[in-house]
Amino acid sequence: MAYTEDDLKKELETKEYEYGFYTDIESDTFPVGLNEDIVRAISKKKNEPQWMTDWRLEAFRMWEQMEEPEWANVQYEKPNFQDISYYSAPNKKPKYESLDEVDPELLDTFKKLGISLDEQKKLAGVAVDIVMDSVSVATTFKETLAEKGIIFCSISEAIQEHSELVKKYIGSVVPQKDNFYAALNSAVFSDGSFCYIPKGVRCPMELSTYFRINQAGTGQFERTLVVADQGSYVSYLEGCTAPSRDENQLHAAVVELIALDDAEIKYSTVQNWYPGNAEGKGGVFNFVTKRGLCETNAKISWTQVETGSAVTWKYPSCVLKGNHSVGEFYSIAVTNNYQQADTGTKMIHLGKNTKSTIISKGISAGKSQNSYRGLVQINSRATNARNFSQCDSLLMGNECGAHTFPYIEAKNKTAQIEHEATTSKIGEDQIFYCNQRGIDTEKAIALIVNGFSKEVLNKLPMEFAVEAQKLLEISLEGSVG
Amino acid sequence: MELKEKLVSSFLAFENTVDIDTSVHDIRSHAIKVFEEKGFPTKKEEAWKYTSLNSILKHDYSIFPKEENALEFTDIKKYILYDLDTYKIVFIDGKYSSHLSETTHDKIDVCLMSSALTHDRYKPIIDNYFNTVAREDGITSLNTAFSSEGAYIYISKNKLADKPIQIIHFSTGTESAQLLQPRNLIVVEENSHVQIIERHQSLTDNPVLTNSVTEIFVDKRAHIDYYKIQNDHENASLIDNTFIQQQAQSIASVHTFAFGGNVTRNNLNFYQKGEGIDSILNGITIIEGKQHVDHNTLVHHTEPNCESHQDYKGIFDEKSTGVFNGKIIVNKKAQKTNAFQSNNNILLSDKATINSKPQLEIFADDVKCSHGCTIGQLDEQALFYMRSRGIGKKEARALLMYAFANNVLESVKIPQLKQRINKLIANKLGVDIGFDV
Repeated sequence: MAYTEDDLKKELETKEYEYGFYTDIESDTFPVGLNEDIVRAISKKKNEPQWMTDWRLEAFRMWEQMEEPEWANVQYEKPNFQDISYYSAPNKKPKYESLDEVDPELLDTFKKLGISLDEQKKLAGVAVDIVMDSVSVATTFKETLAEKGIIFCSISEAIQEHSELVKKYIGSVVPQKDNFYAALNSAVFSDGSFCYIPKGVRCPMELSTYFRINQAGTGQFERTLVVADQGSYVSYLEGCTAPSRDENQLHAAVVELIALDDAEIKYSTVQNWYPGNAEGKGGVFNFVTKRGLCETNAKISWTQVETGSAVTWKYPSCVLKGNHSVGEFYSIAVTNNYQQADTGTKMIHLGKNTKSTIISKGISAGKSQNSYRGLVQINSRATNARNFSQCDSLLMGNECGAHTFPYIEAKNKTAQIEHEATTSKIGEDQIFYCNQRGIDTEKAIALIVNGFSKEVLNKLPMEFAVEAQKLLEISLEGSVG
Repeated sequence: MELKEKLVSSFLAFENTVDIDTSVHDIRSHAIKVFEEKGFPTKKEEAWKYTSLNSILKHDYSIFPKEENALEFTDIKKYILYDLDTYKIVFIDGKYSSHLSETTHDKIDVCLMSSALTHDRYKPIIDNYFNTVAREDGITSLNTAFSSEGAYIYISKNKLADKPIQIIHFSTGTESAQLLQPRNLIVVEENSHVQIIERHQSLTDNPVLTNSVTEIFVDKRAHIDYYKIQNDHENASLIDNTFIQQQAQSIASVHTFAFGGNVTRNNLNFYQKGEGIDSILNGITIIEGKQHVDHNTLVHHTEPNCESHQDYKGIFDEKSTGVFNGKIIVNKKAQKTNAFQSNNNILLSDKATINSKPQLEIFADDVKCSHGCTIGQLDEQALFYMRSRGIGKKEARALLMYAFANNVLESVKIPQLKQRINKLIANKLGVDIGFDV
C-alpha cells in the first residue's frame, strides 16, 4: 500500500502526546489568586531583599493598569488570573551534590523525557540546571564553571548571592511595564536561571535549562537573565516538555540577554509544551517575552524550534544598540491539529553598521494557524544598517493557514533591507521524483520537510539538534526523518 | 466644532437637498450612523498605524459645494490629456462643469452620479450595485452618507468603450477649506472593455480634503484599466477608497501614480468572485518635502485558479514618508492561486521614512504566494559608470530612478498617458531628458 498524504494526516491526528505523564511530588502550593499580598509572600518565601520585593510590587501595580493584548492572530479563552496559583515548589529540596541523592521519582521523570541526568553528565559536558515546578532542585557542573568565574545558578540564588549584578541588569532590556505578560512575570516570577560570563571568558560548555510544568493549575513564570561581559561567549540552551493536562496552563516567561562589547550570546530553544489533544482541548498557553541587547560589536543569535503549546505568542528580539552589532533569528515553528502560533522577531537597529538576519520557517498541518510577525526597524542614526529576512511557509493539508505580517520601518537612506516570503505546499512533482527513485512517500515527505527546515536545524548546537529532531517527530510523526 | 460633529449635524441640512424617499437614502441614513459610531480612523487602528489624519482634520472644512466657479479650458489644459480624444467628466469644487465635460449616452453611459441616483431609468443598476462592495468603515461610510455626485459609468454587454474616460476634480479655493466627497460607480458588463483616468487637482493654496469612494464591478470576461494620477498641491489631501469586485475571467488593473499632495491615502480593495480572474495593482510613488503617501491594498482570493500581481515602487526624498500595507488573503477554496506582491523602495534622504507591511493570510495549501520588499539606495558603481562617461550627476541619478520605476510604467497602455507620466517623472526628478517611448 502506498503511503499517501492522507495517511500521514490521519497519523498526525491520532498521534498522542508521548510525554504526557504526571509526577507526584508533594509540593507546597500557594492559594489561588493574585494580589499584593501574594506578591509579597512569594518574595518573602524566597527570602528576597527589600529592593526585589519593591520591584515586584511596582510591576504588579503596573500590571493591574494594563490590559491583555488582543492584536495577535490567535484565538483562545483568556486565562482567569485569579484562578492560578502563583507559587509551587517541590517540598524536599536539599542541595544535591551527586545524582544519588536526587529523588528517584524525579530522575525517572527525566528518563522518560530522554534527558536523564547521568546520561547528560556523561554527554558532551552539558551542565543542567533543572527547573522543576519553578524551583531549581539540581545544579551540576557548577564547580567546573566556577573555576572560570562563570556564574550559572537559579535566579533566586543569584538574587541572594549576586544581588548587585541582578539589580543592575534585571528589567534593563525588558522593563516591568513592557507588556502585559512581562509585567505579570516581573511581579510573580517564581524562579529561573541567571548566567554571568566574565570578561573575555569563553564558556567551555553549552549551558542548558529544562523547564517543566508539573503541578496542576500552576502557571510557570520563569525569569532568565544572561549577561555576557566584554569579549565573552556563551551558548545557552533551553528546552521544555510538559505533562498532558486538560485545563489550559499559562506560561509567561521573560528572557533577557545582555551582550556587552564584543560579546556573543547564542540562545537556542526547543519548545514542546503540551499542545492539546486532536480536538484542540487543553494545551499550554505560551506567552513569552524574549529580548536581547547588543552593545558595540556584540552578537546575539536566537534559534528556536517551536513544536508545542496550544497558543504561542513569542517574539525573540534584538536591540542592536552598539555599532557593528549583529542580530540573528532562526526559527522553525510547527503547528498541528488546533495549535496556533504567532511568532517572529523584532530587529531594532540603533547603531551604525548593524546587521540582522531573519530566517523563519513555518510548517502548518491539521487545522492549525501559523503566523509570522516580525519588525525590522532602522532608526535615523543607524547608517549602513543591513537586514535580510526570509519567511517560508509550508502548508500540509487544506484546513490549516499560514500568515505573514512583516513590519518594515526604515528611517535612514543608507539602509539596505530585503524581505521575502513564500508559501507553498510539498510539490507533487517533488514526491514523484523521490518515489521514482525508490523512496516511499513517507520518507519523501520527511526528506522534504527536513530540507525545508535545514537552514535552521543547522544552527542548533550538536547536542541539541538530536533532541530537536526528536521533538519535531512528535509534532509531525512520520514526516521527519 | 470638531469636524466629526459638524459632519453629523450637517447631514440634516444635506437631507433637504436630496430626495429622501429612496432606497439610496436608506443607505445614506445607515451610513451616517456608522460614521457617527466609528468616526475618523486613528493611529490606534492597525490599518492606520502609520498614517495620522489629525493634521488634516483640524481645518474647518466647508462641506457643501457652493456655486460653480467657472474655469476656462486654458486654465486647466495642462491638467488634462488634451492631445487624446476622451470622454471627460469634470467637476469644479464638487459641482459638475458641463462646458468642460464631454459625456455620452450613446451605447455606453458616461454621465453623472446625481442623475443616475434620481432618474428611474438607472434605478435597476443603482439598486443592484450601489454600495454593495464598499466597506463599512468610518471613512467610507462618511462618503456614503453624503453621496450625491460623482461619475457614473455603465458599459453594457459586449461593448468596447470607444475612447478612454477622464474623471477630473478641480478645487478652486472659493472656500477657505473644502471637503470634497465624490462617489463614483463603474459597471463593466460581460465581455466589455474600458479605460479610465482619474485625477484630483487643487488650483489653490487653501486646504482641500478629498474623500473619494469608487465602486467598480467587472463582470465575466470584462476588462478595465484604471489610472490614478495624484500630483496635487501641497495643501491638498486625498483619501481614495476604491473597491473592485471581479467576476470570472475578468481582468482589472489599477495604476496609481502618486507624485505629491499633503497626505495621500489609497485604500485599494480587490474582491475576486469567480475563477480565472487576474487582478493587477501597480504603483509608482515619487515624493519629497513633507509629503506622505500611504498605499493600503487588499486582494481577496475566494475562488480557485486566480491570479494577482502587485508591484509598487517608491522613491522618497527630503522629509517624505511612504507607507505600503499590502494584504493578500487566500480562502480555503481558492486553490491554485498565484499571488505576487512586490514593494521596492529607494530612500534618498536621512529624514525620509518608509514603513512597509506586506502581509499574506493563506488558508489554502495548493497555492503559490510570495511577497518581496526591499529598501535600498542607488547603486554607487552604476552612478560612477555613467558619470565617468560624461553623464551629469543629476541625470545619472534620474536615469537610475527611471529604470527602477520602468516596469510599472511599461504597463501603461495609453501611449499619450505614458508620455505624460514620463514628463511628470522627469519634472519630479528635475531633469530634462526625453524619456520618450
